[in-house]
Amino acid sequence: MRAIYMIFRREFAAYLRSIMGWIVVGVALLAMGITFQAFGYKSALASEMLQQFFWSSSGVVMIISVILSFRVIAEERQSGSLMLLSTSPVREHAIVIGKFLATLAFLTLILVLSAYIPLLIKGQGKITGTQIFVGYLGLWLLGGACLAVGVFASSLTREMVIAAVVAAIIVGGMVLLYKLSLVLDPPLRAVFAELDLWWIHFQNGFMRGIFNLKDLVYYLAMIYFFLLLAVKTLEAKRWQ
Amino acid sequence: MIQVSNLTKYYGGKRALGPVSFEIDKGETVGFLGLNGAGKTTALRILACDLRPTAGAVSVGGIDALANPHEVRRRIGFLPETPPLYPEMTVQAFLGFVCDLREVASSDKKAKIGDALGLTDLTAVAGEPIGTLSHGYRQRVGVAQAIVHRPQLVILDEPTRGLDPRQIVEMRKLIHELKDKHTVLLSSHMLSEVSQTCDRLLVLGRGQIVGSGTEAELGALQEPTFSVELTVRVPDGKDGGAAAVLAALGGIDGLLGKSVPTERGDGWDLSISSKRDVRAEVSRAVIGAGLDLLRLDARAVDLENTFLRLVAAPPAAAPAPAPKE
Repeated sequence: MRAIYMIFRREFAAYLRSIMGWIVVGVALLAMGITFQAFGYKSALASEMLQQFFWSSSGVVMIISVILSFRVIAEERQSGSLMLLSTSPVREHAIVIGKFLATLAFLTLILVLSAYIPLLIKGQGKITGTQIFVGYLGLWLLGGACLAVGVFASSLTREMVIAAVVAAIIVGGMVLLYKLSLVLDPPLRAVFAELDLWWIHFQNGFMRGIFNLKDLVYYLAMIYFFLLLAVKTLEAKRWQ
Repeated sequence: MIQVSNLTKYYGGKRALGPVSFEIDKGETVGFLGLNGAGKTTALRILACDLRPTAGAVSVGGIDALANPHEVRRRIGFLPETPPLYPEMTVQAFLGFVCDLREVASSDKKAKIGDALGLTDLTAVAGEPIGTLSHGYRQRVGVAQAIVHRPQLVILDEPTRGLDPRQIVEMRKLIHELKDKHTVLLSSHMLSEVSQTCDRLLVLGRGQIVGSGTEAELGALQEPTFSVELTVRVPDGKDGGAAAVLAALGGIDGLLGKSVPTERGDGWDLSISSKRDVRAEVSRAVIGAGLDLLRLDARAVDLENTFLRLVAAPPAAAPAPAPKE
């Protein structure tokens, strides 16, 4: 636990100290504002407006999550600083979890700073705090799953561009699984639909203020799965 | 401290190292010497438990590195060719982070960081971000991270790489100071570097140890050789030029190649490599031929010659590893 905390603290502090980190925050908030203005602002009902906000913000969160995470291990491998971790008595899972939690914490910061939009909507109409909370929980879990994909992609290579492309392809592919499921026959249709990253678990659930335990379990399972892949990749590359 | 037996490393089908076997005692400072691509970095990365060998056994402080790499990692400090640094961190914060990674007790952290800063002469820049430091200081930070937890074994891969002459002298001094408290293993392709800082040398050539011992022991491996250099002038009024010079020295064994005009054009430079000191014969031959002897230098064989001879030797054949099951 101590090693996880050390790596988390260093990584998170690096985000806070870097100009790029704050540029990402600014771009994310700007993109959330612009997309909300473009797609959600004209809705008549506050609840629809809120759904539109979460709908448009989910795209921003997926993109930002990939941007935040694709470099976390690849950059260290490229700069040589990963050698410090790989020759230290630190387990691979501590490296992966520490880095993932740092990116998740930074994403959380972005989401907290974006909360002014739903609060403004709440001031204009009838929506509950629970609707806002569930929507944000969905964004947070969706972002967490994308971050885990990015961390895994980052563990594969020292080339950050390749890591970014791999992460984007995996996330994009998982968002399209639902569309793919529509052309399949049962039982594959149900399997592919349930594996989808966005349509079933976010758009039909969290985005509408509906909390389903299976959606929570799905995102946690995705996070676990991709982080496990990252740990196994690091193990294979570290002492080979 | 270190026992290495038949250590071999293949990258795909290409052998990068081995089989090599050697031992290093506690408190020794040993230098891996070899040309680029000789296998120095591969050997050091295996000892630092970063690379797993294809075959062979490694023991550090009595611990089998293959069976228990994590325990070995606790006992080493490693400076790779490129120092593993985080540019946005201050030197002090970075060393604190390294202490945490290396499981230094919180109560000891401050003292150990202070010692490492003092030893590497970084106290004045302890609060500076690493990214703002010069190359020489960054290299020092790299050494500091390798020693801050006071490991039994310090491994330094090309510690003087990219340093200017003044920084090289300072780094040598630093390595000498490390010798008091640690077993030090370092690598370099610069002979002068290793011979000045190490108690013992391991010469690597094409992945294998081609020489081992102190500077004097390695020098003794080669038959005594003298290198004689001279400058001869053909006096005014005498014909022949370079041909006259070569004719005068025709009877001397070991005359290398041809004569070369001096930079000022006032004579001819020649070199002779011989198993005996031929200076007296040379001077008699030159003066006897009516030529002017302007310069006559001789030096005995040095470690450089031994090193070049060792690494130029053809490698011994080694069997490829058995395929993995």
